[in-house]
Amino acid sequence: MRDRLFAVVVRWGFVAVTVLLVVYFAATEPNFRDADSIFSMLKYAAPTGIAGLGVMMAMTIGGIDLSVGAAAGFAVSMAAWTMVVGNQVGGVAVGVVLLGGALIGALNALLVVVARIPDLLATLTTMFVIMGLKLIIVDGRSISSRMTLDDGTTAPGRFTEGFLWLDRGEIGPVPVPLILFVLLTIILWFVLEHTRYGRALYAVGANPDAARLVGIRVQLYRTLAYVSCGVLASVAGLLLAARIGQGDVSAGNSLLLDAVAVALVGVSVLGIGRPNAWGTALGAVLIAVMVSGFTMKGLPYYTQDFGKGMVLLVALLLSFTLSRRRTVVTAGSLKA
Amino acid sequence: MTTARTETAAVVELAGVGAAYGPTTVLRDVDLALHGGQITGLLGANGAGKSTLIKVLSGLKPEHPGAVRVDGADVALSSPVQAGRLGVATVHQNVADGVVPGLSVAENLLLDELAGGAARRVVTRGDTLRRARPVLATLGLDWSDAVLRADAGDLAISDAQLLVLARVLHRRPRLLILDEPTSTLTAREASRLFDLLRTLRDDGLAIVYVSHRFGEVESLADRVVVLRDGTVKLDVTRDAPTFDWAAILRAMLGREIELDLARRAVRRGDGTPAATVRGVALLPDAPPVDLDVRRGEVLAVLGLIGAGKTELAETLAGARPVAGDGTLTLAGRPYAPRDPAAAIAAGVVLVPEDRRAQGLFPGWTLARNVSAPFLAELSRWAGVLSRRAEAGRAAQVIAALDVRGPGPHALVDELSGGNQQKVVVGRWLGAAPALIVLDEPFRGVDLGARRDIAAAVGELAHGGAAAVVCTSDVDEALEVADRVVVLVEGRVSLDAYIDEVSHDDVVAAFLGQPGAQG
Repeated sequence: MRDRLFAVVVRWGFVAVTVLLVVYFAATEPNFRDADSIFSMLKYAAPTGIAGLGVMMAMTIGGIDLSVGAAAGFAVSMAAWTMVVGNQVGGVAVGVVLLGGALIGALNALLVVVARIPDLLATLTTMFVIMGLKLIIVDGRSISSRMTLDDGTTAPGRFTEGFLWLDRGEIGPVPVPLILFVLLTIILWFVLEHTRYGRALYAVGANPDAARLVGIRVQLYRTLAYVSCGVLASVAGLLLAARIGQGDVSAGNSLLLDAVAVALVGVSVLGIGRPNAWGTALGAVLIAVMVSGFTMKGLPYYTQDFGKGMVLLVALLLSFTLSRRRTVVTAGSLKA
Repeated sequence: MTTARTETAAVVELAGVGAAYGPTTVLRDVDLALHGGQITGLLGANGAGKSTLIKVLSGLKPEHPGAVRVDGADVALSSPVQAGRLGVATVHQNVADGVVPGLSVAENLLLDELAGGAARRVVTRGDTLRRARPVLATLGLDWSDAVLRADAGDLAISDAQLLVLARVLHRRPRLLILDEPTSTLTAREASRLFDLLRTLRDDGLAIVYVSHRFGEVESLADRVVVLRDGTVKLDVTRDAPTFDWAAILRAMLGREIELDLARRAVRRGDGTPAATVRGVALLPDAPPVDLDVRRGEVLAVLGLIGAGKTELAETLAGARPVAGDGTLTLAGRPYAPRDPAAAIAAGVVLVPEDRRAQGLFPGWTLARNVSAPFLAELSRWAGVLSRRAEAGRAAQVIAALDVRGPGPHALVDELSGGNQQKVVVGRWLGAAPALIVLDEPFRGVDLGARRDIAAAVGELAHGGAAAVVCTSDVDEALEVADRVVVLVEGRVSLDAYIDEVSHDDVVAAFLGQPGAQG
């Protein structure tokens, strides 16, 4: 009985906390009840959540990607540069950015899979290289519409309406970033849970040697995981760029910690014990609820990181410390 | 040569010692007195309880029934450190575990001091070298400064073993336990080790020598203790020039297995080769090997650890590149799988040596573990997996191999070792492979599961496929196979159908030292 209760707490504890927080904020802050503010809160969670989905993909094969923040920041600047300096339409910018994200992922795969550098170190290196490359391309400056260039002329292009729609657009009452976030969550959930590709990714993460010996092409799936992580990070970057409306050079810097935290929280949230899409999405929502709720409550912004840190700590305790005990309990109760 | 001094008080004495892992009892009521000045050869088949006995003696299995006495006083061997304090030193089989790479040879020699907290806080390099020398001197060794400064991870395996021995002996133990110490040594290095052990014995040390190699025990031991099924079946001291090896073998194997053997029908295939191996060097310095695997029969590849079995298994299954100029054929056609996926596509599947590390997906259900090789087959458009087809596969495996457990959706971690192995073997049965290669498939597998697995493999092979079972256990080989190939250090020392050879022929070929038969 106690084991069952414990299992329920592990599985639904995080969801319960999220719901309780929502109820509490809704009861005490009239603004929080407002549909618009709920949507804007969830919209705010979208880039973090999507970058978190990227980290989750790297985690399915037992890896990690620390370059997601840099990849998103690179995407912000590249989108701005393509439209403002290159004078292209939004669609071209999106294409350039997604291609760039895939290339960053391919670089990570090259370092981890081919050069056999440990994932933590390889993606840390990629993070530096990509951040540096971005600064070189944009001469260390933020790029805004109609800015003055080095030669004194005005930049030919600007952030197009179509591109800004990525942030400001709504389908019905639902903001576009939120739709994109939910859509990607559903797609990745389906791929991971219901297709052979997802199963193969998890197999590589669970036991790469066994995966190789049952004929799964381990290197291919590792590459796939990093490339999809790069693409998802660049999608997060697109949303950030559309939100800010300019190519802020510092954008994306804070995304890394949030994205990794969200993916880790996602492992434990539903008691699934492995990286998964719904858990990751829920983690992003939980953090967004916390941040916006406590901000409304008047807590200063600089307390946010502490709160996120505590959430992550609880998540890690749940998935590493407590769930290990849980498996022992299950095995014991089976024998009895 | 000294003779056994049974009249003196035992250095270490076990009385009624048992041991169990969960519900499985692995040692029962063991009485064993170990005397100074005596080398005891400890023998037993795989799973006889040798390693558990070593664990008890070295403090790695603190909770056990029975009493342990050192110099007649009751003690508790509660941890390796405690066992060391009481004078029990163990050199475990895997020498590499005893050496810390990244630290110098000298630092490794002083490891006990460093770990014990007795070390000074500031350690200069010259000081380390100076204090490492006396440790080496216990073995009469004098290594140069360059060697002492080198990274211990770069030492040759035999030198690493000397390092570990020197460190262990420097603590002046009363009882030294060596577990398969020669498995990684060349013949010359081994004979150097034997000379050293004889000197130590003559100095009054009690030594327990665990080995599969009868020849070594014959030349070294003053006494032989045989374990089977966790109990001491034989305890003899040397009273003639050689031990009675026939009696020792009987004690190790038990009579009933030999009787079983005589009754079993041996099947010969139609003689067509399922796979051929030509000119493949299984070990780096071994000569190339030629070998045929024939259709319709189970081939046992028998050999000690390091004889080249795993190399052969992995080469066949595409998990290891073909060494040198060697070539393989499969069903008469050239066969050069570049990875396991290619081998599987060609119909060659592998049950790997280490079930946990290479076979199972931990935290996954039985069904998912079974379906892992068939993801493409089990999916419809766009790679969507059919859960129903997957569960069907699992149910087939459960029925075919009688997997006992809570069903297809139970976590594979919750199954017993034997049932886990059934899952790893069973996943391939549905693939109808042309050749199934099993590397040590019965390790840690109970007798019932072993029968079920052997029957399934036999059925597959006799139905027109071929099977290779790699094992280091003579009885396993004779129990499951139609034909046996014995490998000794990468060479084929015997290739015969088992009704053409006697048990003793196989053992003699296996040991590579016919003289050991006595």
